[in-house]
Amino acid sequence: MSAEAHNEHAAKTLSDHHHDDHHGDDHDHGSFKTYMIGFLLSVVLTAIPFWLVMTETLAPQTTGLIITAFAVVQIVVHMVFFLHMNHKSEGGWNMLALIFTIVIVVIAVAGSVWVMYHLNVNMMPTHEMQSMG
Amino acid sequence: MSIDHIASLIFGRLDWNALPFHEPILVATFAVVVLGGLTTLALITRYKLWGYLWTEWFTTVDHKKIGIMYMILGLVMFLRGFADAIMMRLQQAMAFGGAEGYLNAHHYDQIFTAHGVIMIFFVAMPLITGLMNYLVPLQIGARDVSFPFLNNFSFWMTTAGAVLVMASLFIGEFARTGWLAYPPLSGIGYSPGVGVDYYIWALQIAGVGTTLSGINLIATIVKMRAPGMGLMKMPVFTWTSLCANVLIVASFPVLTAVLALLTADRYIGTNFFTNDFGGNPMMYVNLIWIWGHPEVYILILPLFGVFSEVTSTFSGKKLFGYTSMVYATVVITILSYLVWLHHFFTMGSGASVNSFFGITTMIISIPTGAKLFNWLFTMYRGRIRFELPMMWTVAFMLTFVIGGMTGVMLAVPPADFVLHNSLFLIAHFHNVIIAGVLFGLFAAINFWWPKAFGFKLDKTWGLVSFWCWVVGFWVAFAPLYVLGFMGVTRRMRVFDDPSYQIWFIIAAFGAAIIAVGILAMLIQFAVSIINRDKLRDETGDPWHGRTLEWSTSSPPPNYNFAKTPIIHDSDAWWDMKTRGYERPVDGYKPIHMPANTGAGVILAGLSTVMGFALIWYMWWLAALSFFALIAYAIFHTFNYKRDYYIPAETVQATEDAHTKALAAAAAKG
Amino acid sequence: MSHAASLNPDYVDEAGRPIYHPVEEPHHPEGHSTMLGFWIYLMSDCLIFAMLFAVYAVIGANYAAGPAPKDLFDLPLVALNTSMLLLSSITYGFAMLAMVKNRTAQMQIWLAITGVFGLCFLGIELYEFAHLIHLGATPQRSGFLSAFFVLVGTHGLHVTFGCIWLVTLMIQVWRKGLIPANKRRLMCLSLFWHFLDVIWIGVFTFVYLFGMLR
Repeated sequence: MSAEAHNEHAAKTLSDHHHDDHHGDDHDHGSFKTYMIGFLLSVVLTAIPFWLVMTETLAPQTTGLIITAFAVVQIVVHMVFFLHMNHKSEGGWNMLALIFTIVIVVIAVAGSVWVMYHLNVNMMPTHEMQSMG
Repeated sequence: MSIDHIASLIFGRLDWNALPFHEPILVATFAVVVLGGLTTLALITRYKLWGYLWTEWFTTVDHKKIGIMYMILGLVMFLRGFADAIMMRLQQAMAFGGAEGYLNAHHYDQIFTAHGVIMIFFVAMPLITGLMNYLVPLQIGARDVSFPFLNNFSFWMTTAGAVLVMASLFIGEFARTGWLAYPPLSGIGYSPGVGVDYYIWALQIAGVGTTLSGINLIATIVKMRAPGMGLMKMPVFTWTSLCANVLIVASFPVLTAVLALLTADRYIGTNFFTNDFGGNPMMYVNLIWIWGHPEVYILILPLFGVFSEVTSTFSGKKLFGYTSMVYATVVITILSYLVWLHHFFTMGSGASVNSFFGITTMIISIPTGAKLFNWLFTMYRGRIRFELPMMWTVAFMLTFVIGGMTGVMLAVPPADFVLHNSLFLIAHFHNVIIAGVLFGLFAAINFWWPKAFGFKLDKTWGLVSFWCWVVGFWVAFAPLYVLGFMGVTRRMRVFDDPSYQIWFIIAAFGAAIIAVGILAMLIQFAVSIINRDKLRDETGDPWHGRTLEWSTSSPPPNYNFAKTPIIHDSDAWWDMKTRGYERPVDGYKPIHMPANTGAGVILAGLSTVMGFALIWYMWWLAALSFFALIAYAIFHTFNYKRDYYIPAETVQATEDAHTKALAAAAAKG
Repeated sequence: MSHAASLNPDYVDEAGRPIYHPVEEPHHPEGHSTMLGFWIYLMSDCLIFAMLFAVYAVIGANYAAGPAPKDLFDLPLVALNTSMLLLSSITYGFAMLAMVKNRTAQMQIWLAITGVFGLCFLGIELYEFAHLIHLGATPQRSGFLSAFFVLVGTHGLHVTFGCIWLVTLMIQVWRKGLIPANKRRLMCLSLFWHFLDVIWIGVFTFVYLFGMLR
């Protein structure tokens, strides 16, 4: 359905939340340019962490922070350029679902690590759980 | 190759010893089930109902029929779960001072596990899913759900899980681990039998259905609302359903993952939850409660919606504090992910962690309290009609509050160290689940039965059931609070201290009163069906309802709404009635509807076979059914023709019949 | 109580009376909710992976006196594997661009290339797994290896299903052409494919790279 036909239809039904209902192929598919930008960014964002770890240029802690930051940025790049996330798709519901999921993932993963860390500290004070290799 | 070797290649672990001939109770039960089953099958064949059942019910994609099938599944499984309960009560009332009672440990441990698993997964979940399925599309002015085939498939997957649990009664055994199957007890070392495998595969298969139905209902509520129904004009039940389904989609994957890891431990010998080689059984407890706590709110939130609809309808008033109700629901949805550790305060995470989760637990009771005040203020100065749904709602308010308060007691970590795993805890969660979920479901069944079937339920038998349940609940569970304070722990089969016995006898007596309540409810259904002409409601709106489902005929036509309504108010039907809405009687157009399909039955059937094969280590059959499953799923996607049109003349004829019925009802006064 | 105040202003006639039925029925064509529904499914899948990451975070350093990441991981191989997945993402993107322009043949070629990259990824992963098992680093060896194999393996299983789905869709497009139903399915697989790429970012960063830092 073309954009004009869609607008016309929306005006006819005067629907406030059904605007996004009808387009079979009205989704954002990106363009050659956006895909290439996303791809090149991903290559750079992948290559630098690998390079940092393989060459051991920096201290492990610093490297860890940097590669975490790169991972987060690369996930955002993929979301924007490959998954075409924006606040408009599906009337904002996709973004809402994503934000909710991220919140739950952060709570569950960080919470588990926190809870289990304290369990280990309290319940196994003398036992070496980790044999660092 | 010996015969035994060949047999084990074909049948895996399954042999004649798996059939429980040594358990007289099971043999008798099996005989009754077989006789009952054969009689049912014979009657269906005798009256040539197979075709009808297949085309009208099993393969249906109509959300109303699927909802009713979910309710039937839930009620049937409820009888099984309650039979388990009454067996436990009897055993615990008998086994004192050296007496062993009538159940051996192997059997008793299966019973308490099965009771918990069945009541949560195959009673409460199907009943609330059925309710949401039936009502949500009607309340939002839609003709079906977003994915009608998926809906049918979800139902059959849930049924497949129930079938596996029921099969474990007669073929092999069920888990003896408690309803959450904590490792290392549920690991292969301590539970080498098929019990835990039945547990795992029943829940995994049913879990697929639950997750998909959650996705389906979210998409339905987001995408299919009638014009004008903004989010803040949705009926409260639809709101609570939306939040419950968000919780389903965001928590059942956690259960799927943690059960898959337990499966890996049991089947291929990995070390996730083992005690050696770097496994950590406490991680299982942590993960399963990340699912388990939201699950509690999945069960209760839709019923909060039911109580809201019932209170406002029978008080003849708009719901007090609609906006605060919505926000309270959303806040509960998010907070329910921040309290999971209160299920294992005693595991030893220490003061800082326990304090955090104790405080969040107390905070989550605030929005729930706000809801109660909203219901009370709705009733305040209303013209309250004490019909059965309203009576269940009042009983809920009075009983649930006590359960809520004992819950806040358990939320205090030092108190929890005393009460943990005691019968106090058992009394607490039955207090909230029976008074909240079950009473809510009974309110809902009495409230919406006339919508689903076109006649009201008998009030006399309903009252008998009501009083037996409410009184029986207190007689059965108040003694457990007392016993909890006396230090009695859960899941005990025999007792030494004779001073406990009187309390267990009282509790067993309470369970017997509840049994009468259940019987009265079955009689209520039967009497109502027999007297259906006397109880018939032709208006479609027997309670003077407020939301859209009451604007249709009872039962609604398969397309629900001949013409899509426009919504001006959260109590849409009330608004239409008070503004003198006139029902259109002509000008109908053909209606686009989804077509029935047998694919759901076939896919779920294959899943059942695969689950059974995996439980019994019949690897060839597991592989075969798995590939059949994938192949059939792919084959199904080649079917592009999945819809049809109801001609305008058919719609006209259906609506004319309703017009006549309405006129006749109006003439009768 | 004023009724007029609560009327929905979009649905009143000239006299200010409420309209209760639209002139034209709201149209819900088949598949109108599919993209939203599939996205919600992906979110639920994301939570499965989140749990596996959480397990890896908690028991991923429990080597039980067995091999540690530094003894096992081969970063150049992982980098090669990552590039396979990344290339398959961009080629799927090109297939989608061809789909929008209704260039069926071009789209099928890009899909085929995507599938080949996917299979290369799986092949390299299987080679890596076989190599580890050959070294005695089996999933049963330690909590770390259990968590590693199941996390990476679950991602691999998803890619496998993605490949099966891809072939199915190529056949369906070949038989039916780029009808709306097929386009919708291709868009769903597109989301799935790119989603797996996002999960892989987490895998190579937190499993492989962090493993080498320990």
